[in-house]
Amino acid sequence: MKYVVLIYSNPSTWETMPAAERDRVMGIHNRLIRELTESGELLRVDGLAHPTATKSVRLRDGAPVVTDGPFSEAKEQLAGVWALDVDSIERAIEVSAPVAEYDTVEIRQLMDLSGLEM
Amino acid sequence: MTTPQGVEGVEGVEGVEGLLRELAPQVLGALMRRYGQFGDCEDAVQEALLAAALQWPEEGLPANPRGWLITVASRRLTDELRGDSARRQREARAAALLPPEALHALSPDEDRSSDEDDTLTLLFLCCHPALSPASQVALTLRAVGGLTTAQIARAFLVPEATMAQRISRAKGSIKSAGARFSMPPEEERAERLRVVLHVLYLIFNEGYTASSGPDLQRADLTTEAIRLARDIHRLLPDDGEVAGLLALMLLTDARRPARTLPDGNLIPLAEQDRRRWIQDLIREGVALVTATLSRAPIGPYQVQAAIAAIHDEASRAEETDWPQIVVLYELLAGISPNPMVTLNQAVAVAMVDGPEAGLDLLATLDADERMADNHRLEAVRAHLLEMAGDPAAARASYRTAARRTTSLPEQRYLEARAARLVEAGQTRSKAIATEPPPPRQRVARP
Repeated sequence: MKYVVLIYSNPSTWETMPAAERDRVMGIHNRLIRELTESGELLRVDGLAHPTATKSVRLRDGAPVVTDGPFSEAKEQLAGVWALDVDSIERAIEVSAPVAEYDTVEIRQLMDLSGLEM
Repeated sequence: MTTPQGVEGVEGVEGVEGLLRELAPQVLGALMRRYGQFGDCEDAVQEALLAAALQWPEEGLPANPRGWLITVASRRLTDELRGDSARRQREARAAALLPPEALHALSPDEDRSSDEDDTLTLLFLCCHPALSPASQVALTLRAVGGLTTAQIARAFLVPEATMAQRISRAKGSIKSAGARFSMPPEEERAERLRVVLHVLYLIFNEGYTASSGPDLQRADLTTEAIRLARDIHRLLPDDGEVAGLLALMLLTDARRPARTLPDGNLIPLAEQDRRRWIQDLIREGVALVTATLSRAPIGPYQVQAAIAAIHDEASRAEETDWPQIVVLYELLAGISPNPMVTLNQAVAVAMVDGPEAGLDLLATLDADERMADNHRLEAVRAHLLEMAGDPAAARASYRTAARRTTSLPEQRYLEARAARLVEAGQTRSKAIATEPPPPRQRVARP
């Protein structure tokens, strides 16, 4: 089953974190990515640029209208996305949990293009 | 003479690919008997297959394709073991330049009858119980099916690097489990064969449920599963469940042209254009299941094939022999009880004894933890409620099922059914209250 793991992070948590602690947490991230790559469960992993670089696009009268932001009031911002292919939701939770020490992790299942007639 | 059948007719890239898939387990078997290291042998065979896939369509088939592959794979293997990559490159070039007679002369004089045993032994190895089903599937497709890692990755919609990692890990698990290239002991064989058949069933379903667009490449997997099931059936003609699985695949695949619209939308069994079903597959499947039911001990694949045969033999949905299907589901529930069987049984019961009887049987699944959040349970309930003339409840169940499924085509179908009931309800509320009740809907097999 394929899932995306959405990692929400508070930028100020990371900006104020002592270097040693930051290294420890990044070490956990890197170890997980290595293990999931070796097990053939990781489809891709992406980190997102700082939220200040966000652009919003809306199509109005056939033309795109682009604005900066939104710079959400929410303290936590989407910071990273993993795509996993694992046996169960339990496994997805198990492998994502170590990332959720400072961040919040949201797990969403991907829809399949296959289907069975009923 | 070791020339495989049909070589004379092989032409072009597709013909070569078919031949390579047929030869893959034979070549791997020959290497395994000589060198015995599954992981390395399998890699070497893949390299030889890739070399052949590039060279043969350009330069024509060698006189002895199997011998060519064994020779090239053996060289790659011995080079790999020596770690001599320079020599390896030199020899790969040399192999390409060798006249076909030379390769023929170099080809090992293997006993052809052992090829078939090799295929079975390899299947048992790839479907080793130390592996997860996903790994068993990937390894079977590569080592026995002769597919490349890239092809398997495309079929399962994952990056090639991910699939390569899974295959390499699966080989590692086989090695650390101490598995050997030999048939499992007699007392384990039945259980191990059951695993092999389940892996083929998974491969078939991956392909069969593919609907449209980027998913279409997966449809290749049904062909591959049927080919492997045919191989096993040829090797074990007296095994009823092997025949049953092959028949089930043929009878299911026969409906493939009628099961989706060009845009990928699903068409339920009752509404399919049965003239588009593939009659040759139906005839073959019916003959297989009829023959095996009369002589082999009964098993779940045979019963499912028998049910599929009854559906396939009805030229119109209204002519389906539902009482016979009810009997078969009772039999299936007896030998292989599980909630999905009960679900299908409820549909058949509804068709014979009315929707309320089907809904009563469905209610027995409500407390079953295995069915919690299962979209098919709600989808069947919705159909039966619609059949029972309760559009409001049916609509709610369709919507629940649509929220639960993770299949886009199923979700589209379920939402469309719910929307149709809304429209019908609105139309009726405007009509005069004395309008007769809507005709009973035929319910589809879930």
